[in-house]
Amino acid sequence: MASHSSMASPSSIDAQDDIILQLEDVTKVYSGIVAVKNATLSLRRGAVNVLVGENGAGKSTLMRMIAGVERPSLGRILLDAKPVEFHSPADAQKHGIGMVFQELNLFGNLSVAENIFATREIVRGFLGIDHNAQIEKANLFLDRLDAGISAETMVEDLPIGQQQLVEIAKALSLDTRILILDEPTSALSAAEVDILFKVIAELKAQGVAIVYISHRLEELMRIGDHITVLRDGQITGQALVKDIDTRWIVRSMIGSDAKDFAKSVDHTLGREAFRAEDISLARRTGGLAVDHLSISVRAGEVLGIYGLMGAGRSEFFECVMGQHPHATGRIYVDGAEIAARDTPTRIKRGLALIPEDRQREGLVQVLSIAANLTLASLDRFVRFKFHITGERERSAIADAIRDLAIKAPNPDFDVTSMSGGNQQKVVIGKALMTKPKVLLMDEPSRGIDVGAKADVFRTMRRLAGEGLAILFSTSDLEEVMALSDRIAVMSNGRITTILDRADASEEAIVQAASIGHKSTQTSGDHAP
Amino acid sequence: MTTATTTTPAASADSGSLLLTLMKLRTFIALFAVIAFFSAFAPNFLSTANIILMSKHVALNAFLAMGMTFVIITGGIDLSVGSIVGLCGMVAGGLILNGIDLQIGYTIYFNIVEVCLITLAVGILIGAVNGLLITRLNVAPFIATLGTLYVARGLALLSSDGQTFPNLVGKPELATTGFGFLGSGRIIGLPVSIWILIVVALAAAYFARYVPLGRQIFAVGGNERAARMSGIRVNRVKMFVYMFSGFCAAIVGIVISSELMAAHPATGNSFELNAIAAAVLGGTSMSGGRGTIGGTIIGAFVIGILSDGLVMMGVSSFWQMVIKGIVIIVAVVVDQAQRRLQQQVALMQLAKKG
Repeated sequence: MASHSSMASPSSIDAQDDIILQLEDVTKVYSGIVAVKNATLSLRRGAVNVLVGENGAGKSTLMRMIAGVERPSLGRILLDAKPVEFHSPADAQKHGIGMVFQELNLFGNLSVAENIFATREIVRGFLGIDHNAQIEKANLFLDRLDAGISAETMVEDLPIGQQQLVEIAKALSLDTRILILDEPTSALSAAEVDILFKVIAELKAQGVAIVYISHRLEELMRIGDHITVLRDGQITGQALVKDIDTRWIVRSMIGSDAKDFAKSVDHTLGREAFRAEDISLARRTGGLAVDHLSISVRAGEVLGIYGLMGAGRSEFFECVMGQHPHATGRIYVDGAEIAARDTPTRIKRGLALIPEDRQREGLVQVLSIAANLTLASLDRFVRFKFHITGERERSAIADAIRDLAIKAPNPDFDVTSMSGGNQQKVVIGKALMTKPKVLLMDEPSRGIDVGAKADVFRTMRRLAGEGLAILFSTSDLEEVMALSDRIAVMSNGRITTILDRADASEEAIVQAASIGHKSTQTSGDHAP
Repeated sequence: MTTATTTTPAASADSGSLLLTLMKLRTFIALFAVIAFFSAFAPNFLSTANIILMSKHVALNAFLAMGMTFVIITGGIDLSVGSIVGLCGMVAGGLILNGIDLQIGYTIYFNIVEVCLITLAVGILIGAVNGLLITRLNVAPFIATLGTLYVARGLALLSSDGQTFPNLVGKPELATTGFGFLGSGRIIGLPVSIWILIVVALAAAYFARYVPLGRQIFAVGGNERAARMSGIRVNRVKMFVYMFSGFCAAIVGIVISSELMAAHPATGNSFELNAIAAAVLGGTSMSGGRGTIGGTIIGAFVIGILSDGLVMMGVSSFWQMVIKGIVIIVAVVVDQAQRRLQQQVALMQLAKKG
């Protein structure tokens, strides 16, 4: 094992004896990608250890190693100063480590008690599961959290915030000494967040070490004790929360080295191409996912929508595309209102969406590259109202492959035979083939390699130069700063601020992105 | 279509590629294998009369299997086709024999073309009911079509109180004669039902390749969410495939009652299983998104020739069932193996390119 003496020195912050778990010089490599590099981190008992960093900075990988989901490639983990190795999540659980994932792992069709005791049911010999004992015990844990949930309730009947408490109760039932919470507030309402924070404070008092991962700086400042900042798999800052401010966090998160972004092409903006007025969408669990949102984009303009997970960006795009029949509000393209609420009509009228989840919403995996490209625009190649002209289709496919620099050896190959970046280009190509006037891109750079990212950004610039109105969402600060003509920040379903690129600062954006759990009115509500 | 797969890459020396090519052609190979086997062991197997007789048998299953193929490609299933065959036969028979009694002393009779059109409409209508249940009321395809299976069969039995409509020769003064032409007539030496099969199969294959709605069938089955996001009217596509399946079943109902010149309400019992088998044998993926009309037709021929050949050899019908089951399972196993191999070969080619 490599043993560089630790570059950072966490012990300088305070005494060693509080430390329950320590990562020593840990590195994690996935087939060629270094997700975490030489990280040295200490978790303290009876404290909230905050972990912060941009998407892909390596926070989740780090925590998955602690929770036994992954094993470090290099380095070692010390629990109570003794080296340990976790072979599975169950292994880590035995050592008192519990993790509440961002995507909750609950069985909606089972009761709360059954969820808490899943895989460790209380049985009475041949008589089977002792449901009463389970419910009684589960209620004990739930009471400890002051959750106000009956253990007999079906999990699917609970709002998301209470489901989170069930997860925490489950972790507690395992005698958890280290509780990892991955973005626990991303789907919670203000009241639910308050309850969660109360629970965290109580657990802290009971000596549990909490690891808290979040993007919301305001929250971190409120409940954090120790903070660790990650960037590109490396720890770039460690401090006591009381010693620092948000400016310090942002600086550590972003660093100074700029990445390769396409230079903006100077071109004059046209008339208003797209306007959304008063878009609202109710969330299934109550509240509004998109909250009376209004926005306007001009032809040739690139509008970046920055927001954290759960801010409602994807939902807003889906409303615009007519994916939610219950959404309210009005959509205008080139000044004319589009009354039809269905996706096909909206695509015909010049709207196109590149969805966030490429695999689930963008591609038809069993079809070829060519078939995926023309999927949304087959009507364009049709003669006599029904016959697809092969020649016209093939030349359009060849054009798209060339324009977007798709590295496809043969357009008839399965679309899944290409890399993620090229698959993303196919999704973009599919949208462009419908000849849109307004292009909505939901996290267009997610999960693709650097080279493909640069290609995608260049394409965005070129399209804007050609007069397309582009709205793209991202949770990458650098990206939004570099690519946008204007930046809208979304939080909790609303646009909290709109900034011109010239006036925008990273700090202002990050601040605006964590507004929203307050129920107070926000100024950016009715955007121009 | 499958004909595309026959053009093998000439210089694919790779053993992986060769194996892959063989696997892709497995339905063809199976077809040649059964033909070769029965030519050798079943007397009179290759006589013209026998081939035409077998084709007529195969055609019935092939119609159903084509409709089933589109349904399965969208990720659904249609269990009601056998019952639709029965009901449509009864509709045709009843209209020829009894007409529609208006209860006021008049009875409407339709001429034979009208009878056929009405019968086809009934098939399409039941398909539409399936489609509406699945798209509007969100009933799982298996359950929705299981329901219509019973309803249609029950209606067929009710229509005659369980009796057969016999002797459908019709009356010249009502222009209801000539029903037998569809089942036993010939055009240029080939049975009419074969001609209909050729026309419908070519149309369906063309439709799957060159008509937007046909392409969209594959997209819906491959990834319904992505299809919706791409602006495909998913419900319309699903409605179409179930209606087409009902249409195909109606053709079979007409052809069978025309062949027998009688309509029996129990006709078509368990035909749906043969249709599913033919589609799967022809390379249609039960998880949706994959399948060809050509493959399905060949699959129907393999199954049809297999059962007719075994009958001619005097193999007991119990053994026939065992053999048919094994053939279907082997076909699917080979199909899965081919998928895996294909992925490996694709990855290897990618790796070679660097």
